[in-house]
Amino acid sequence: MFDISSFYEAKSVGDAIGALVRDPQAQIISGGTDVLIRVREGKDAGRSLVSIHNLKELKGVELLDNGDIRIGAGTAFTHITNDPLIQRLVPMLGEAVDTVGGPQIRNMGTIGGNICNGATSADSASTLWTLEADLVLEGPDGEHRIPVEKFYTGPGRTVRDRCQVCKYVVIHRDAYEGWYGHYMKYGKRKAMEIATLGCAVRVKLSEDRTRIRDVRLAYGVAGPTPLRCRDAEEILKECRADDQEAAAAFGKMALTQVNPRTSWRASREFRMQLIEELAKRALAAALEKALADTGEPTGDRNPATGGESNA
Amino acid sequence: MLRIIHIKVNGREQELAVDERESLLDVLRNRLGLTSVKKGCEVGECGACTVLVDGEAIDSCIYLAMWADRKSVLTVEGLKGPDGELSPIQKIFIEEAAVQCGFCTPGLIMSAVEIVGTGKKYDRQELRKLISGHLCRCTGYEKILDAMERIVEEVYQVSHRTE
Repeated sequence: MFDISSFYEAKSVGDAIGALVRDPQAQIISGGTDVLIRVREGKDAGRSLVSIHNLKELKGVELLDNGDIRIGAGTAFTHITNDPLIQRLVPMLGEAVDTVGGPQIRNMGTIGGNICNGATSADSASTLWTLEADLVLEGPDGEHRIPVEKFYTGPGRTVRDRCQVCKYVVIHRDAYEGWYGHYMKYGKRKAMEIATLGCAVRVKLSEDRTRIRDVRLAYGVAGPTPLRCRDAEEILKECRADDQEAAAAFGKMALTQVNPRTSWRASREFRMQLIEELAKRALAAALEKALADTGEPTGDRNPATGGESNA
Repeated sequence: MLRIIHIKVNGREQELAVDERESLLDVLRNRLGLTSVKKGCEVGECGACTVLVDGEAIDSCIYLAMWADRKSVLTVEGLKGPDGELSPIQKIFIEEAAVQCGFCTPGLIMSAVEIVGTGKKYDRQELRKLISGHLCRCTGYEKILDAMERIVEEVYQVSHRTE
């Protein structure tokens, strides 16, 4: 038996907001893979839960008329990874959430929960930062759209009010079209692991595919919240894709923009080493994907329909 | 507070009064006597409590019973044949000696059911990832992977013969 004082299964997002407003002790539960663990540990014991677990309106991936991708916050990781739109347009996100926990956890945990927990280690977070994704929240005072970069306020803390429900993650067309990316998770085990460090890199090449037109670099666990390294990004812009010196400088510059801590998982020093090294490796992997995409069918990563093509 | 929920468990519709604080694991074991569902870590790490909800493997220890309302749940008890015989997946686990103490076995068998349900073929490396949500402290996983490989191969052959 879980130590919760009451449980309410919401019938809609509006119904959930109403229930949260009525009970100041209530908190949202979605997939449950974090909340129920905290209840079990005693951290969130005695709270009342408003469940959005079964809300169909929060599930699934949609391509909007303007080309933006809208992911329901209640979509489980497995469903994101297996979604044809994600595989075709943002395969990196599907790969990133495929590193969360193990298969059963990925059938339960949701992308909205991953972000709303406020954990710096969330495997979807650094990728969403490189995608400059927006989060759509709805609360008693209506709907708000918040860039993911403005969402985190500290370890385990976000701008989301207790009575707000995260409805969607929105990825804009110009954030995926022509871009290629790679997420690298460093952990001591290959599964059932929380990232010691997570590194996300996205690149966009010039039309002749020899230069890096644009690049984005974001980390998890390199500071109290996920973060982005814009100064490092600047170094690579307009560099040749095979410029190893620029890639090395990219990794070095990242070190000036992070603030990892020592925890039982790893020391600050080790994380600094990972930050520099993973930036280079994730960049190389992202470039490899970019250069491998000939627009021809090459397997599930870059399907014939375009993938993250240079369209 | 007790609530009435309706779950199809192993093919049979059940009307159940459950406490809203109960996990699906507790309801399956204590109210329905389905003790193939093992209580291990209770924090979603070990996979011993794995069951299928609407065909997807989940850790029933961190799944509230209330969420299973109007859904379909499958446990190892639901795999037996009309005369109580073992399913092909169970038989292969025995033949490959993939069972020692047996505590992780029901969870692994349910993951195997989910895996073969996809109709895809997987190599050993992919299978390692697909069973990574299960802890086994006896076998070192090699025998389990042998069984998994055979299960995937044989079901794949059968399904492609009948098509």
